[in-house]
Amino acid sequence: MSDIASRVKAIIVDKLGVDENEVVTEASFTNDLGADSLDTVELIMEFEKEFDIQIPDDQAENISTVGQATSYIEEAKK
Amino acid sequence: MELKRVVVTGLGALTPIGNNVKEYWEGLKHGKSGAAPITYFDTELFKTKFACEIKNFDAKDYFDRKEIRRLDKFAQYALISSDEAILDSGIDLNVVNKHRVGVIWGAGIGGLETFQNEVIDFAKGDGTPRFNPFFIPKMIADIAPGNISIKHGFMGPNYATVSACASSANAMIDALNYIRLGYSDVMVTGGSEAAVTQAGMGGFNSMHALSTRNDDPQKASRPFDANRDGFVLGEGSGALILEEYEHAKARGAKIYAEVIGGGMSSDAYHMTAPHPEGTGVIAVMKNCLENSNLKPEDVDAINTHGTSTPLGDVAELKAIKKVFGEHAKNININSTKSMTGHLLGAAGAVEAIASILAMQNSLVPPTINHETADENIDSELNLTLNKPQERKLKVVMSNTFGFGGHNACVAFKSLD
Repeated sequence: MSDIASRVKAIIVDKLGVDENEVVTEASFTNDLGADSLDTVELIMEFEKEFDIQIPDDQAENISTVGQATSYIEEAKK
Repeated sequence: MELKRVVVTGLGALTPIGNNVKEYWEGLKHGKSGAAPITYFDTELFKTKFACEIKNFDAKDYFDRKEIRRLDKFAQYALISSDEAILDSGIDLNVVNKHRVGVIWGAGIGGLETFQNEVIDFAKGDGTPRFNPFFIPKMIADIAPGNISIKHGFMGPNYATVSACASSANAMIDALNYIRLGYSDVMVTGGSEAAVTQAGMGGFNSMHALSTRNDDPQKASRPFDANRDGFVLGEGSGALILEEYEHAKARGAKIYAEVIGGGMSSDAYHMTAPHPEGTGVIAVMKNCLENSNLKPEDVDAINTHGTSTPLGDVAELKAIKKVFGEHAKNININSTKSMTGHLLGAAGAVEAIASILAMQNSLVPPTINHETADENIDSELNLTLNKPQERKLKVVMSNTFGFGGHNACVAFKSLD
């Protein structure tokens, strides 16, 4: 697992209070990991802080799974 | 229209002298002080370095990690004490009509710690408003009743009352009236507060409202004593289940007491100072007697607002003499804030519970820490000093007054 992927996973485990094993690439924040709209906003903000990036709202809307978050951040950090 | 009768069928308490109703009563009975040096933050620069914190409390014993992050302490306390009260009431949540169950809850401030910490974080940054999405919903005072209803599916009237230290007394009176008028069968009511934070302590210190007896915290809350020097900040929660009498009887509920009425009034005088003649306080007790259909002579005990401030305590006792006349001397007057400290928005609820338990146990909890008589206080009044007093109680009243001049008084009657 890439460094980014493991850090993303750690944030999700911490914020959503879920088990590490549940945080798989295809897991959806809302459908699989029990997040509501506020949790999702908080996750995006944590990603911004952890990776020192800006995720505009219109792009944040497209980040709904663990894999999407990891790819977005990997792309942004290139 | 004939008003319905309302009874108390469940109690819950999370207080600085006991983390449930049983422990709370043990503490009250034994004159236990909840005051101690503050453990939540470094008090070096603070004028007052002690408070009545909840003891031996770990949120993880009650909530999972995600819930803890979503709930300010005042909302955690609300959920814990209301759960205790609901369980105590024996109401079957699978049977009760949840459209007829409401939640009216008091909080004087709400999520002060959340507010404080979010603003500190913002101020440390570069000005970019990166507020946590839970900031507002964690902080607002009405999130406590909101969360209680979400947890149990109660779909009746639901809101928070905010009248500083009278908040939960106002909540109980509103809850009482909804049942009286037939809008609800059951109301979860009470209040919670968690203001032992830098902002809370610093703010009240600036008002010169708090005791600064740092060398002896347990002796600091001393209502009616000549050397009282301000209130001791407390935190916690009290919950009561109010239920329409026939509804309670039909399910064979245990009944603690009848809620026979409530009075409300305003000082219309000053933001924080009590009215020197106590006109608002006189009015609130008169209103309560009238609303409860009581004569002054019917009242056996009064749990005072009695915060241990120089002005407030004297004004309240003068008002009691005005309202009750000669009978004032026969009343067991006490201030349980001498033990619990001042729970602000939760005070009305935890003190109502103290009054109900006093009736149940025929024992009036003491006003502890009294050493020196105050010459401005009539020595003929029975202030239940230092020791509990055994007494069969038929009718008790509980006073609470809040900054802003809000006054509320609730009366309970034993059905025994």
